[in-house]
Amino acid sequence: MNYELLGNLLVNGAIVGTLYGVVAMCFVLIYKSTQVVNFAQGEFLLIGAWVCWALLVKFGLPFWIGFPITLLFMFFFGVLLQLVVLRPMIGEPIISVIMLTIGLSIFFQASMSWIFGVFVKPFPQIFETESVSILGLQVQTAYVMSMIISVIIMVGFYYFFKHSRAGLAMRATAFDQQVAQSLGISVQKAFALSWAISAMVSALAGVVVGMVNGVSSALSFFGIKVFPAVILGGLDSIVGAIAGGLIIGLLENFAEFLDSQYFHVGNMYTVAPFYILVIILMIKPYGLFGTKDIERI
Amino acid sequence: MLSVNNIEVVYDEVILVLRGVSIEVPEGEIVTLLGPNGAGKSTTLKAISGLLKSEDGEVTRGDITFMGEQISNHQAEEIVRKGVFQVMEGRRIIEDMTVIENLRLGAYTRKAGRSEIEDDIEMVFSYFPRLKERTGLAGYLSGGEQQMLAIGRAMMAKPRLMLLDEPSMGLSPLLVKEVFHIIRSINQEQGITMILVEQNANMALRHASYGYIMESGKIVLDGSQEELLNNEDVKEFYLGGGSEERKSFKNLKSYKRRKRWI
Repeated sequence: MNYELLGNLLVNGAIVGTLYGVVAMCFVLIYKSTQVVNFAQGEFLLIGAWVCWALLVKFGLPFWIGFPITLLFMFFFGVLLQLVVLRPMIGEPIISVIMLTIGLSIFFQASMSWIFGVFVKPFPQIFETESVSILGLQVQTAYVMSMIISVIIMVGFYYFFKHSRAGLAMRATAFDQQVAQSLGISVQKAFALSWAISAMVSALAGVVVGMVNGVSSALSFFGIKVFPAVILGGLDSIVGAIAGGLIIGLLENFAEFLDSQYFHVGNMYTVAPFYILVIILMIKPYGLFGTKDIERI
Repeated sequence: MLSVNNIEVVYDEVILVLRGVSIEVPEGEIVTLLGPNGAGKSTTLKAISGLLKSEDGEVTRGDITFMGEQISNHQAEEIVRKGVFQVMEGRRIIEDMTVIENLRLGAYTRKAGRSEIEDDIEMVFSYFPRLKERTGLAGYLSGGEQQMLAIGRAMMAKPRLMLLDEPSMGLSPLLVKEVFHIIRSINQEQGITMILVEQNANMALRHASYGYIMESGKIVLDGSQEELLNNEDVKEFYLGGGSEERKSFKNLKSYKRRKRWI
């Protein structure tokens, strides 16, 4: 048994898994507060990465200026998207909204390919060293950064929803919109805010992945990978999203290991999470952490 | 303080629910709104608080003024900011939050510092001491405690006018007494004006200074506490007991008398 490969793959899995977790969290944020299943989540990564790439390469800005601008841009992009496209859909049947987000996904993908081309473009070198060694394993610096950023985001999310005024208001809106209104919360603002945060944090993940793999439309594939993570964790649980992301990341890489060492069927990496998804949903249809409604009897 | 002038409310652009309702609420008083199910009591409250909009309702005629300001058909969050807070029917607390989080949400519209909010939470606990011991999720509270939390949450907004929609719903008689007692003392000590919608006419009239009786979207009778308590029809249909003949077994079993007000 090749322990070194296994170790490498598992570390890789944990890191990619936390990134899945972050994107899944963004997906859950939108679903929970606005009841919209956002199929365009992966495109947020794509747009974020391209915008950051353009700022760094085309405009020659240093990373520490270009990156915050990207985040700011994505924040307003999220607000605008909610205002222009999704607000008119409030009260429409869920299937129409799903079709709309699928449409958005195709539209963004096409327009990004149109503007930036279809070839992979590498990010400029940001860190001095390509990779660092952790416990004897070579890990890309960008991944180390992504791990740190992911954990910061998760702690930030926790703090935001537990203690901040806006976070509490968003939770109230997610729970019951009429009650939120009766408390003086503007439901429309809460909706816009959740799209904004979701777009911004997804873009952050997009930039990190772009740094490692280069920017191309393959990034939006992340959006699809997030589905097993989200469904595994339970559609409306933020903790579940993180756990689901981690599990999917680890599973993928473990499948890769089994495949390369024993089975040699090829591409189990991509398929394995979905098999597991089917199995878990057969046992726990609400996902691992899905909301159990409190019911007084 | 609040005057509702001859309003007409329409749901979904076709269903006429209120037809010419007028209510006058003087500052510092408790005014009660009584009537059978479906009379339009809750709709009247929602028309005042602006929550009508989220149910596709609209005030199509007449107007509502609060402190001299026109507020009919304004956004709910705007009206909350002006100092009108509705405690909705069925408690409607945020079940997956703790008691403290629910209370902090009540103060959402206020620009208050952290310590000021802490003080107010303590103030709410002084009215509802049993909430203080509950540290779990609000969804696990008993019905009475949830109602107390809903009222406490409303107090956190420091409203000038509180609209209470059936605070006694689903509570045991003893708890009803307790809740009403607290409502009364909040009214007197905090100086919060209240409109009280109730099925429990007996309790409501005992604490209110003025009452309106609604039936099928109209006000059919109004008067001060004593006037209503001594009105024969109110006695018979809302307070129980009433006229002598009603006690005869013969009349009781032949048919159930229904009051037609007009």
